[in-house]
Amino acid sequence: MTKADAMRREITTETHRGTLSLEPLCLYVSVVALACLLLPACLFAQAQPQIAKSSCVECHSAFPEPTGVTEAQWAADIHAQKGLTCASCHGGDPSEPSPEGAMSKKAGFRGKPKRNEIPAMCAKCHADGAYMRQYNPSLRTDQFAQYQTSVHGKRLAHGDTKVAVCIDCHSVHGIRPSREPRSTVNPLNVANTCSRCHSDAAYMKDYKIKTDQFAGYSASVHHEAMVVRGDLSAPTCTTCHGNHGAAPPGVASVENVCSTCHVFQAQLFDISPHKAAFAAMGTGSCITCHSNHRIVHPTDAMVGTGNEAVCTNCHATADPGFVAAGQIHDDLSKLDESLKRSDEVLDKAERSGMEVSQARIDEAQGRDSLIKARVTVHSFQPGKVEQDTQAGMKIADKTYKAGLQALAERDYRRKGLGLTLITIVAVLIGLWMYIRQIESRNQSGGS
Amino acid sequence: MASVPEATPPTSTHSNRLVRWLDERFGWEQLVAPLRHKTVPVHKLSYWYFLGGMTLFLFMIQVLTGILLLLYYRPSANEAFESVQYIMTQVQFGWLVRSIHSWSANLMIFTAFAHMFSVLFLRAYTKPRELTWLTGMVLLFLALGFGFSGYLLPWNTLAFFATKVGTEITGQVPLIGKPLLIFLRGGEEVTGATLTRFFGFHVALLPGITTLLIATHILLIQRLGMSVPPGQEAAWKALPPNKREMPFFPNFFAHELMAWYVALGVLGALAALYPWELGSKADPFVAAPAGIRPEWYFMFMFQTLKLIPAKVGPVDGELLGIMGFGLAGLVWVLLPFLGGDRYGRRQVFIRGLGVFALAYIVCMTAYGYMAVPK
Repeated sequence: MTKADAMRREITTETHRGTLSLEPLCLYVSVVALACLLLPACLFAQAQPQIAKSSCVECHSAFPEPTGVTEAQWAADIHAQKGLTCASCHGGDPSEPSPEGAMSKKAGFRGKPKRNEIPAMCAKCHADGAYMRQYNPSLRTDQFAQYQTSVHGKRLAHGDTKVAVCIDCHSVHGIRPSREPRSTVNPLNVANTCSRCHSDAAYMKDYKIKTDQFAGYSASVHHEAMVVRGDLSAPTCTTCHGNHGAAPPGVASVENVCSTCHVFQAQLFDISPHKAAFAAMGTGSCITCHSNHRIVHPTDAMVGTGNEAVCTNCHATADPGFVAAGQIHDDLSKLDESLKRSDEVLDKAERSGMEVSQARIDEAQGRDSLIKARVTVHSFQPGKVEQDTQAGMKIADKTYKAGLQALAERDYRRKGLGLTLITIVAVLIGLWMYIRQIESRNQSGGS
Repeated sequence: MASVPEATPPTSTHSNRLVRWLDERFGWEQLVAPLRHKTVPVHKLSYWYFLGGMTLFLFMIQVLTGILLLLYYRPSANEAFESVQYIMTQVQFGWLVRSIHSWSANLMIFTAFAHMFSVLFLRAYTKPRELTWLTGMVLLFLALGFGFSGYLLPWNTLAFFATKVGTEITGQVPLIGKPLLIFLRGGEEVTGATLTRFFGFHVALLPGITTLLIATHILLIQRLGMSVPPGQEAAWKALPPNKREMPFFPNFFAHELMAWYVALGVLGALAALYPWELGSKADPFVAAPAGIRPEWYFMFMFQTLKLIPAKVGPVDGELLGIMGFGLAGLVWVLLPFLGGDRYGRRQVFIRGLGVFALAYIVCMTAYGYMAVPK
């Protein structure tokens, strides 16, 4: 008898003994109470997908990790929900009550698959388009093919079992669809999932690669968009590196990766003098200025000749690039300051109750010009940037004047109010004197 | 042929040429004679008499500024907001006209409420002034109708959703609720049709009825004279020589004129220092912003309806609230007929009821403003 079998027998016997010792009244009360307790659970259970009873889970739920699988864990697994059983991966017969029967070679029991067998095992179904179509026609079936092209897949093929296989990212026995927020491969959780290995310096020691990617990403504008703003379309590890075919993009193709989202920047960069220069330097395109994982929010100070400017990493004083960088920075700064100045005066007018909604709409267009100019920076041509900033400057000047006009109008109104109040007070005094006069006349007439 | 004798023109001895001219043609002196003879009692509570005149003055301001706004306002969902924006920014003194219109509307409802409570507490609603009270109450309801219909006209976000909520509440009235909602909205939803309809109510229907009722109200006051508070009346009955009066014209009218000038100054200051906001254009396809609330004079009812649970026993909570307010309103209108004699014991109860109603309105309004998220 196996240990699990013995454990199960023990539990059954104890329950049996307990039932026999109960008094009929207590039994009745217990049954009613239990029914009351279980009724909502039963009703709730009806709404859940039907999970096939499995003798495997009955025993393994009593085991600790890594062989333990709780019923709740298995019930949450997409495979269980779609009607698959333990036997689908492990073989055997989950309907057989005894461990010997359930895990018999005769029933095709394969036991725990080796790590290097896992991708192929998953691919048996996931690479079979006809099979997968019945569950999810839109699900891709090239994961295994891609995996084989990945660094993980290649190393696994060479016998390195430390690399990630399917279950390392997707988990095992509790695999949820990626759209579920609790899934380990949901966009919100991907970076954490990758970091379990890639931030572990001891684990990654043999691979001689950095382990600061997650720290860098966590400080990046992409992470902020994803986690703080909840934008699930923001990039995470797999967006740039691929998921099943995960590999570093390589210096030459970084621009292609970034341009999938930053289309205009890439188009402008292609016609810029930096395209050839960065290629010759072999530094990669976008990452030369923006870094790779720690991509912080870009500021106007990044361009120019100041301490925070990245241009000075390559350009020395007085070279044409240095001069151009300074000119671009000045244009951006001027427009930004003009918009801020306009904003301040419009704020002041609004606080005074003045109607400046049209100026606000115009100001938003000015802000669009600044955003456009910031994108145009990627052409690294001061003339093009100036063209955009000039358009914005015209708008900023117009809205600033509208703000000043509103404030002048406010002052005019207040002066008008002052004069009106003086007139009203004068009339009131006149009326008061008139009332006194007629009242005294009445009194004298009466007397 | 016999000649028709010419009517002999009446001769007038008035010193003013214009008055003499009018007098000789229309009998002007005869027309204004009642005004000359009309008197106003003078006592320590006389200043409450100004509230009615003040409400009338603010109504006249409403009519005047409303006509000016009509020159530029366009009552359609596509143009209403833009036309008000145009009035506020491009039309010479448009901002002043619109701000005075909005501020005076609010002040008018305030003075109407104050006038109503002063009449209640001074027992001026009792026999023989039942009809004056009735016309006054209907005028107050009409003023609320003016406020409700006018609130939507700028077609901004706050007004749009407040109207949506307000008309939804109307839809809860038993039996007639649904047809009433459709009638008010001009359909199932608040749309441009609602705006056009509200504009019609605001500039034609309500002013017409209001003008007729104001005329009736003033005629009744003229006919019945000013009411004297019961305590003062008793004192004067006991000692008739102590009775003090002033001529309505020009004495009381000059006092009233002073009050109107003060009101004009307050209106001007409010309009210049706090121009009425326009907000953002209504967009029926976006979610209602947080903190949607009605105008302040509906707040006590709105807050009460919010506090009533969804179900009170088997009855729908909102329905119960609406029925409650309907019943309270009916009792209020019929107070002169329920209160009995002016000096009767029921008046103590009615005074208590008045104090409770006033406290309830003030507290619930304050609570509504504190509870609504900004």
